[in-house]
Amino acid sequence: MTATAIRVDLQLIADMVDPSTRALDVGCGDGSLLAYLVNFKRVDARGMELSQTGVNACVANGLSVIQGDADADLRDYPDDAFDYVILSQTLQATREPREVLRQMLRVGKRAIVSFPNFAHWQVRLRLVFGGRMPETPSLPYKWYDTPNIHLCSIDDFRGLCRDMGVRIERAIVLDRNSKPISLPPLLANLLGEQAVFMLKRD
Amino acid sequence: MEAAIDKPPIEGPLFDGLADAERKALARCRHAVLGVERPLRLDCGVELGPYRVAYQTYGTLNPDKSNAVLICHALTLDQFVAEQHPVTGKEGWWESLVGPGKVLDPARYFIICINVLGGCMGTTGPLAQDPAGQPWNLRFPVVTIADMVRAQAALLDHLGIPDLFCVIGGSMGGMQVLEWAASNPSRVFSAVPIACAARHSAQNIAFHEVGRQAIMADPEWKGGDYRLHHTVPARGLSVARMTAHITYLSEQALQRKFGRALQDRDALGFGFDADFQVESYLRYQGSTFVDRFDANSYLYITRAMDYFDLASAHGGVLANAFKGTPTRFCLFSFTSDWLFPTRESREIVHALNAAAANVSFVEVESDKGHDAFLLDEPEMFRTLAGFLKGAAAVRGLKDVP
Repeated sequence: MTATAIRVDLQLIADMVDPSTRALDVGCGDGSLLAYLVNFKRVDARGMELSQTGVNACVANGLSVIQGDADADLRDYPDDAFDYVILSQTLQATREPREVLRQMLRVGKRAIVSFPNFAHWQVRLRLVFGGRMPETPSLPYKWYDTPNIHLCSIDDFRGLCRDMGVRIERAIVLDRNSKPISLPPLLANLLGEQAVFMLKRD
Repeated sequence: MEAAIDKPPIEGPLFDGLADAERKALARCRHAVLGVERPLRLDCGVELGPYRVAYQTYGTLNPDKSNAVLICHALTLDQFVAEQHPVTGKEGWWESLVGPGKVLDPARYFIICINVLGGCMGTTGPLAQDPAGQPWNLRFPVVTIADMVRAQAALLDHLGIPDLFCVIGGSMGGMQVLEWAASNPSRVFSAVPIACAARHSAQNIAFHEVGRQAIMADPEWKGGDYRLHHTVPARGLSVARMTAHITYLSEQALQRKFGRALQDRDALGFGFDADFQVESYLRYQGSTFVDRFDANSYLYITRAMDYFDLASAHGGVLANAFKGTPTRFCLFSFTSDWLFPTRESREIVHALNAAAANVSFVEVESDKGHDAFLLDEPEMFRTLAGFLKGAAAVRGLKDVP
């Protein structure tokens, strides 16, 4: 199995993970991040994926993956089972994002979370001037079939971390081309299309 | 290595009174006499020894002894995994998986399958004789899944195999896989329990009890001493098999295979002959089973499955059975298996997660019921091959040239 180039946001997450550690990727999809972590960083990486088809594809590629979902199945794991628990582009689709985050930081020493920013200027324009629910490249769904039931902005997420007493170790904001941009918080919340946070219990 | 897996002659007191099927089996497989100096301490408290272990191997153990794969067989199967059966003449029960170019290729792995303790294909069971030279029959100690695994571990010690690259098995074989991982974690690099559970359910115990009662209700059973009376409890064993066979299939599979089709007739017979094809099929399954399986052995092995409850052996918490396990697990279940449904496998996965174990779990879409694990299921083969490949890479096993 050889891991080739992976999506830019996944690459950013992979870069945050130290080699030879233990990681759990919740919502691992086709396993491309897992494969990268295993092959290039010698990480003991496990995955959880909602779709059984996705799980089977991952296992067929030699990855350790089970069927499960963030809301229900994180609570099985013991405290500090992993160095990192990763949740990429999935937080907004969970039933209880706050509880999921709490579980991630219980099971993992650190949590890495990426999500689309609902305060991105394109989203704002769509709603303010279009008067319709926003559809953008990172939010491609119709209002009636979207899995995203708990969307938030970058500032909302920072607020939740503050409320939960969670330390933000790193925050990377990505523009429309998934390129990291360095901006003051107010502008980041307007110009960032998605964000990647690395969190630690305080 | 060849010397260690040589075939010693079939002679001595432990080989007295062999049944025909046992003699045929032993002539075609390997065997060892174990427990001469250190008897096997069984869960029931009895010390058993010496005892016979009949097994078969495929492939060659590599110089660093890292490529051994143990296949654990199910209730009524045996060590003849990938070759013509010496008693039935049928092809090996897992030839879809084991053989040249298959997922478990003897060119790459040293594959071992051991007839379970209590079995009737050469390993000591109720057919054997006690130290006084009398047939054990129902005086044979009740054995457990853990006892079966102890006997297997003793054979590996005898063969000088320190640990296993993989332990794999379905149904009761899956129970043995779980027991192996729980009781010998350092000897199990990877474990593949298929279509099984960490404890036998009330419904499954109930079906087994129907089978046992059918055997014991047969007047030819004679309190288990049928061989002394030169009888065979064929009717009872056959009914036991018919009941069990239904549980191995799914409603869809039965419907597809037989529906309400009639057997060799155009109209209902208004009697109790096998009007329906499904009846005829079950009768055939029952009657051929009698030719290859021993009734008392059926009692003992079903009992071993009934007694299996891995959590209760670990303080009532299944996760404790796997605490700190270094083993890589891959579980399989089948959507239409109602004997060992997916939720049973999921419970094991939950426990393994609670132990932070390395675990994969594949549910295979199939309408073939519990039997699916023995059949051609490409999705299972594909995912299992991937799992083994990943595990082999971590283990440092080389690819087949």
